[in-house]
Amino acid sequence: MPAPTNPATSTAPAAPAVTRAVPSGLTRLRRATRTERREWLLAFVLLLPALTMLALFVAYPFVRGISLSMLDSVVGREGQFIGIQNYVKLWYDTIFQRTAQNTFIYTGVATILKLSLGMAVALMLNNLIGFKRLLRASMLLPWIVPTVLSTLAWKWMFDPTFSIVNWILYRLGFIQVRVDWLGGPVAAITSVILVNVWRGMPFFAITLLAGLQTISPDVHEAAAIDGANAWQRFWRVTWPLLMPVTTVVMLFSVIQTFADFQLVYILTGGGPANSTHLFATYAYQIGVATGKLGEGAAGSLAMFPVLFLVVLFQLWYIRRGEGGKELS
Amino acid sequence: MAAVRGARWRRCLSLYLPLGAIVILTLFPFYYMAVTAVRPDREMYIPWNRPHFAPFWTLRPTPEHFALLFRETLFARWLANTLFIALMSTGISLFCGLLAAYALARLRFPLGGALGTGIFVTYLVPQTLLFLPLGEVIRSFRLGDTPWALILTYPTFLIPFCTWLMMGYFRTIPKELEECAQIDGATRLQAMVRIVFPVATPGILSAGIFAFTLSWNEFIYALVFLSSATQKTIPVGVVSELVRGDTFFWGPLMAGALLGSVPVAFIYSFFVEQYVSAMTGAVKG
Repeated sequence: MPAPTNPATSTAPAAPAVTRAVPSGLTRLRRATRTERREWLLAFVLLLPALTMLALFVAYPFVRGISLSMLDSVVGREGQFIGIQNYVKLWYDTIFQRTAQNTFIYTGVATILKLSLGMAVALMLNNLIGFKRLLRASMLLPWIVPTVLSTLAWKWMFDPTFSIVNWILYRLGFIQVRVDWLGGPVAAITSVILVNVWRGMPFFAITLLAGLQTISPDVHEAAAIDGANAWQRFWRVTWPLLMPVTTVVMLFSVIQTFADFQLVYILTGGGPANSTHLFATYAYQIGVATGKLGEGAAGSLAMFPVLFLVVLFQLWYIRRGEGGKELS
Repeated sequence: MAAVRGARWRRCLSLYLPLGAIVILTLFPFYYMAVTAVRPDREMYIPWNRPHFAPFWTLRPTPEHFALLFRETLFARWLANTLFIALMSTGISLFCGLLAAYALARLRFPLGGALGTGIFVTYLVPQTLLFLPLGEVIRSFRLGDTPWALILTYPTFLIPFCTWLMMGYFRTIPKELEECAQIDGATRLQAMVRIVFPVATPGILSAGIFAFTLSWNEFIYALVFLSSATQKTIPVGVVSELVRGDTFFWGPLMAGALLGSVPVAFIYSFFVEQYVSAMTGAVKG
């Protein structure tokens, strides 16, 4: 007997006695199945536009990307299949090695700075009585404004000859000779991290502030009465309670920072001497600027394993949180 | 009395001072952008250690950079392109996202959970992962160098976001509301469109504002998929037309950056609360 698709029709002929015995139950089952099917159909229709878009412009390009990364395609010429040669070539490419190293340093340092600064700002804003809305609104500006445009302002501020940052530091007596902010490899990556922190910190501050506001002040009072000082109250009460928000914000930020493009593209263009590339900017340089599409696709897909692990961790973390909610 | 004064001083040192410094650091680049945009060229290019140099203000503000922007570049065209693309892609994403979110939040069907997870995962895919193959796809659909290249690809990161946000919002609306409507004879679809969507308007507004700013700010797709000057969006146009090799035309660049930032900042100033709720909602899920 083929697997029954509709329990109502398949059980009816097999067990007529049951039908007579509990007719109300069966008709309910039959009706439920029909509404259920209509619900499936409605769900399918409602999901269709979104899934079509995502299939066409995410899933399909992803498959195309993997196959493209195994071709020796150049702009204007169909490529030949070359297996994993593009990846092998990148693996031994010293610029690519430098790029990978940069990306990890950039992501790590920037995320830690954004988290600690963002946390400090969130705590201060939470203690503030007046002006909270105004401060929050103005602090988010770097996050709202197109990154490329605000980064251009930073590039101008870091200009080797006319830098306002140098002017300020010179006037305050910190420097005697000019600092070339984007000139050397170390200076350049530091400046890029600085701008990333400037742009990304508000996101941490505001989301952490939203998390802080859900913590009842009673908990703090209780801890204070028990003799905990501010430092202990933060690490023993606030930090653990805020952990779910912190983790998710950090994971979002890690993905975005790891896959960043705009800051480096504008500030250094990967220079000086290809020393500040991130995966995305190097992939752009290979794939678009020099037109080696296959190798470029491989360069950006090299981000995939790390992103995949982060996403996996994030899914696991969210699931765990949901399980916890159901238990409590 | 002395204790109160001491506490106030401490509050000043630990709260107002650092917060003030951070706000100044946050806003300074925008201030400097604005000053540079109106500073005449002969004042601009003075070495940083010259004694009588006042970089923080100018006594002879000039509109010449703005004039140049509209006279010699296609800035007005870029503005129109950016607006059109942002509005269209936001509209498409809201439409797709709303429907999908309703299905995922309210209907029971096989694979519902898996699809929800799948959409969440695409939300986390950064644009830089797929820009090269996506460019190939755009070319094979013959959409290259048209606004549709962006209108159809921006939803790839906007739909997951809108869906995720609206799912959370729909869950806060009591089911009884639409059940009542269905008892009164409305179909499920009618209940959704007439009852649930109107109640969800604040959520839709939040998602829309956020999606609009995201597509206004997008850079890499616009950089890779568009090539002719007339098709460009503001971020790409400003960067590609006002930087020639190593020469940066800082006056017009900053004027363009300012004008490109003002619309989003303006919209944002009216909808701060919605924006923040979208941002925090997107994280909480």
